[in-house]
Amino acid sequence: MDRFSWTSGLLELGETLVLQQRGVRLYDGEEKVKFDSGVLLLSTHRLIWRDQKNHECCIAIPLSQVVFIEEQAAGIGKSAKIVAHLHPASSNKEPGPFQNSKYSYIKLSFKEHGQIEFFRRFSEEITQRRWENMPAGQTMQVNKDPQAGRIRAVGIVGIERKLEEKRKETDKNISEAFEDLSKLMEKAKEMVELSKSIANKIKEKQGDITEDETIRFKSYLLSMGIANPVTRETHGSGTHYHMQLAKQLAGMLQAPLEERGGIMSLTEVYCLVNRARGLELLSPEDLVNACKMLEPLKLPLRLRIFDSGVMVIELQSHNEEEMVASALETVSEKGSLTADEFAKLVGMSVLLAKERLLLAEKMGHLCRDDSVEGLRFYPNLFLTQS
Amino acid sequence: MHRRGGGAGAIAKKKLAEAKYKERGTVLAEDQLAQMSKQLDMFKTNLEEFASKHKQEIRKNPEFRVQFQDMCATIGVDPLASGKGFWSEMLGVGDFYYELGVQIIEVCLALKHRNGGLITLEELHQQVLKGRGKFAQEVSQDDLLRAIKKLKVLGSGFGIIPVGGTYLIQSVPAELNMDHTVVLQLAEKKGYVTVSEIKSSLKWEVERAKQILEHLLKEGMAWLDTQAAGEPQYWLPALFTELYSQEITPEEAKEAIP
Repeated sequence: MDRFSWTSGLLELGETLVLQQRGVRLYDGEEKVKFDSGVLLLSTHRLIWRDQKNHECCIAIPLSQVVFIEEQAAGIGKSAKIVAHLHPASSNKEPGPFQNSKYSYIKLSFKEHGQIEFFRRFSEEITQRRWENMPAGQTMQVNKDPQAGRIRAVGIVGIERKLEEKRKETDKNISEAFEDLSKLMEKAKEMVELSKSIANKIKEKQGDITEDETIRFKSYLLSMGIANPVTRETHGSGTHYHMQLAKQLAGMLQAPLEERGGIMSLTEVYCLVNRARGLELLSPEDLVNACKMLEPLKLPLRLRIFDSGVMVIELQSHNEEEMVASALETVSEKGSLTADEFAKLVGMSVLLAKERLLLAEKMGHLCRDDSVEGLRFYPNLFLTQS
Repeated sequence: MHRRGGGAGAIAKKKLAEAKYKERGTVLAEDQLAQMSKQLDMFKTNLEEFASKHKQEIRKNPEFRVQFQDMCATIGVDPLASGKGFWSEMLGVGDFYYELGVQIIEVCLALKHRNGGLITLEELHQQVLKGRGKFAQEVSQDDLLRAIKKLKVLGSGFGIIPVGGTYLIQSVPAELNMDHTVVLQLAEKKGYVTVSEIKSSLKWEVERAKQILEHLLKEGMAWLDTQAAGEPQYWLPALFTELYSQEITPEEAKEAIP
């Protein structure tokens, strides 16, 4: 237990949580210690134990300290355990709850089960040694102490040395990359400043800017990923790129729309288009900006935004209001329907089914019954039978 | 938008304006635009050089990606705004995140019937990794969060709700205000919450607690257990997988998840 250090329990940059398990007690070798009821967390870098009653009490040990682990089956009145054999503590270890220990192993006792899965994932992490690829803002405690306390295969020292070299190499690559990145960002920052200055001048009309030049400016902003500070009625955030994209989409989506009853949500379109492209994918913003140009360019599709904020693409020939009439018939036949039921009947996505029913309600054809059992729609008898 | 006018009068007026500006030492917008065009070409070259040396680092190293994103944010640049942006084209960051977006949408859609459109970041992470297969590029939780932030603009209700030490990801256009969020955070500890707990922890009246809980029930984000000892418990299916390791064996859990 002297390999543990006090910790805040917060994950470091680059460290990911793999698994956690409640109800774990710790043993120093064969002896119980006061850490009797805690959450055991396995990350890519460490094993962390946090007291369930006092969250401030949190200790951790780097996974690199673990030589190997074994399972100890449960018995009568005894929980199943994992035994973790450890390297000796390194001299530069952060302070922990124990200064020294006569044991070179600890036990993790799973009072609320979970040891099978934990053992499996723990083994995986020790084998994969992901902490070596993702330096997590603290120095790795690679143990080079030749006086190992317990069994230690000779091969491990050689492997560790190679990994140490590889880690140094990776570190060097990363610091070089980081330096180059910083220089690049300086230049990018100049571009941002320049673009702000130009935008201001456009606003204050210092000089003559043609429409073509405005579009050029917008495309520069697009290339750099700078938000457009100048709002213009002409084409909005659109550039030539978005206009082209709009035309492509019109061609691409005609058939899929017809297959789906003339209407698709923007998330469906996003997935469809990007799956088809495979490479050089569209960003969500690219898609939205292109769709905003569908109507101005008089293409056979249009973007529609429902009250809820849901965005869809419709065929120009599609008339949602007409679809409402047939929705009303369907609901009347069944007496009442929820969005889920309606979606299944008609073969639509639940999202769009709900929007259609809401639209029908807005138009006065349906009434809602909002209860804990869900939102159900009925034909509006107030209207028809008044 | 007025164009540069033709005619002698217009030309003379323009020459006068230019002279005035040059006198005062101010530069005209169109001059700056020409300057920006040149600088853009240079920047593109610099970025190409950077890409040839470090593109792999960004691909393989999630921590480096975080540094990169943070630096971009600091200077006011969004490398993920457009697939046509330099960053996306030359560093390939775009495709990575946009494809991740597709995978996130698909996972959320597949599990929506079970959790009402709320899922923990952990479960989303696991499911996305499963879908990507063994040989795909590493994906961190930070990567997922950035991809999700970009998806918001599509209007289908993607949102990120901080709870406990992690996040719940919303993928349906249900309205969740501060009250709902705070109840979700309360429920995160045990996977469920009761009206009494809300009363004692948040000091709300019973009516307010019930209203919020009923909304979550309606949206399918909470399930009601009326057979619990004591009072009814409101469970969040989004948190079920976190509880699996304690009560069900891994084999049973695997069978339960689609």
